[in-house]
Amino acid sequence: MVEAVLFVLMAVAALTGAVTVVLARNPIYSAIGLLGTLFSVAVIYVVHLAHLVAAVQVIVYAGAVLTLFLFVIMLIGVDKSERRIETLPSQRIGVGAIAILLIAGVVAITVFGNFEWVPAAASVIDLDATNGTVAAVAEPMFTDWVLAFEATALLLTIGAAGAVALAHYRRRN
Amino acid sequence: MTGVEWLALGIKVLGAFGLLLLATLLNVWVERKVLADMQNRLGPMRAGPFGVLQTVADGLKLFFKESIMPRKAEVGMYLLAPFLAVVPAFLIFVNIPWGGSFHIGETEVVLQGADLDIGLLFILAMSSIAVYAVVLAGWSSGSKYPLLGGVRATAQAISYEAAIGLSLVSVVLFTATQGDGGTLSLYEIVQRQSGTWADVHPIVGWVPRWNIIPQIAAFVIFLTAAVAETNRAPFDLVEAEQELVGGFHTEYSGMRFAMFFLAEYVNIFSMSALTATLFLGGWLGPTWEGTLPAFISGALPTVWFLIKTYAIFFIFIWIRATLPRLRYDQLMSLGWKRLIPGALGWLVLSGLVLAFRQFGAPWG
Repeated sequence: MVEAVLFVLMAVAALTGAVTVVLARNPIYSAIGLLGTLFSVAVIYVVHLAHLVAAVQVIVYAGAVLTLFLFVIMLIGVDKSERRIETLPSQRIGVGAIAILLIAGVVAITVFGNFEWVPAAASVIDLDATNGTVAAVAEPMFTDWVLAFEATALLLTIGAAGAVALAHYRRRN
Repeated sequence: MTGVEWLALGIKVLGAFGLLLLATLLNVWVERKVLADMQNRLGPMRAGPFGVLQTVADGLKLFFKESIMPRKAEVGMYLLAPFLAVVPAFLIFVNIPWGGSFHIGETEVVLQGADLDIGLLFILAMSSIAVYAVVLAGWSSGSKYPLLGGVRATAQAISYEAAIGLSLVSVVLFTATQGDGGTLSLYEIVQRQSGTWADVHPIVGWVPRWNIIPQIAAFVIFLTAAVAETNRAPFDLVEAEQELVGGFHTEYSGMRFAMFFLAEYVNIFSMSALTATLFLGGWLGPTWEGTLPAFISGALPTVWFLIKTYAIFFIFIWIRATLPRLRYDQLMSLGWKRLIPGALGWLVLSGLVLAFRQFGAPWG
């Protein structure tokens, strides 16, 4: 019961935030909408006992990435009025066509294909409370998947070092 | 839930909330008094004995003041920002154990708002949410000095959050070797600091097994970054009076300003409590169970916790009274060129030492 109520509340909040990101005229409000979406999705993670994922989502995305977004928006200045002339002349028609194609595809799959959106739940729901804890996630991460984990870490480090190198290269010229 | 469980829940939640509010009321007075002592002044002395009711008077004054809103303010964000400041500040303290456990009949009551298995990560998450209050307040005021304060706050928070996180990693790593597997739960971290260093050498048999001794570098880095994270002097560039009038809260008055004020002091208290919990053994201490009456030895852990917390709080005030404000480039270079590499180096060093002790030398 609690789960259902929380899901409805957080789903509505997440969708409202997502719509705000697209529709808001002011980029700051878009960023705040994104914050709302990230936070509501994190709450849904907690409801599903994925505590670590929720915490990481809030720390990394809501805490660091979005703060940087806000920083950049404020530095550039938010008062500049938006240019209403579209650079790609027929993009609205193009997007509409793609959207119609996608919806048609989805309808076709649902009606003609043998496809279930929500797989039938297992008859016994095993909601083990230790499922998404830090220990439960860390164990496979540092034993079975340690190579993939380290490779990802290395990739991120290379990305950061590359960004710094690029910035320095441009400044010297 | 049974009646006793509801009672336990009430004690936990209301206890943490009441302790926090009462402590904040007192902390403002303590800070003004200690600062005054250090600067050869008297400080507040008129309201109540030793001026202890000064904060109450100030609070009442702010309550009755008019809340002025600038015409160019972005109304929604301007009204939201004070709440964004207060809520995460209170949520951080929910996670900190402020006393031992006792029994009501069969039920064990742990004096901690909530013992989460992601405890430390939750605190980091909440402190990163708290930045939004400063940023949004600065931007939505529609005035240039608050905006500058907001932009500064963003850069400062991102820089020093990294140092806080990295210094905590080595503490968590060390805690993992002190018991069965690693943990992020603050209650567990406190429990693992019980006992003394008698097994290392009998000479240090009387020294409590607190994390501060093996993790002294992490403690220094964490405390420095915590001062910066709470925007306290000498890292108070966010509200530097001489440059930015009042920084992000220049355009706030009345109750809305009071909420920022409250959040700031709650944050300082939470950070002091967190430092005491992670490095000074939290509520651990002698309780003389059996010799003293049960209600005294039951209350002693909370007393130890408060003594340690106020020792750290005193250091916060001491730093403010001693050091002049950093320049902006000094702030950035301290964060990125000293604290973060220092924390990384310390993490590698303590990781190596722990690995040697656990698995032996690779050549042996």
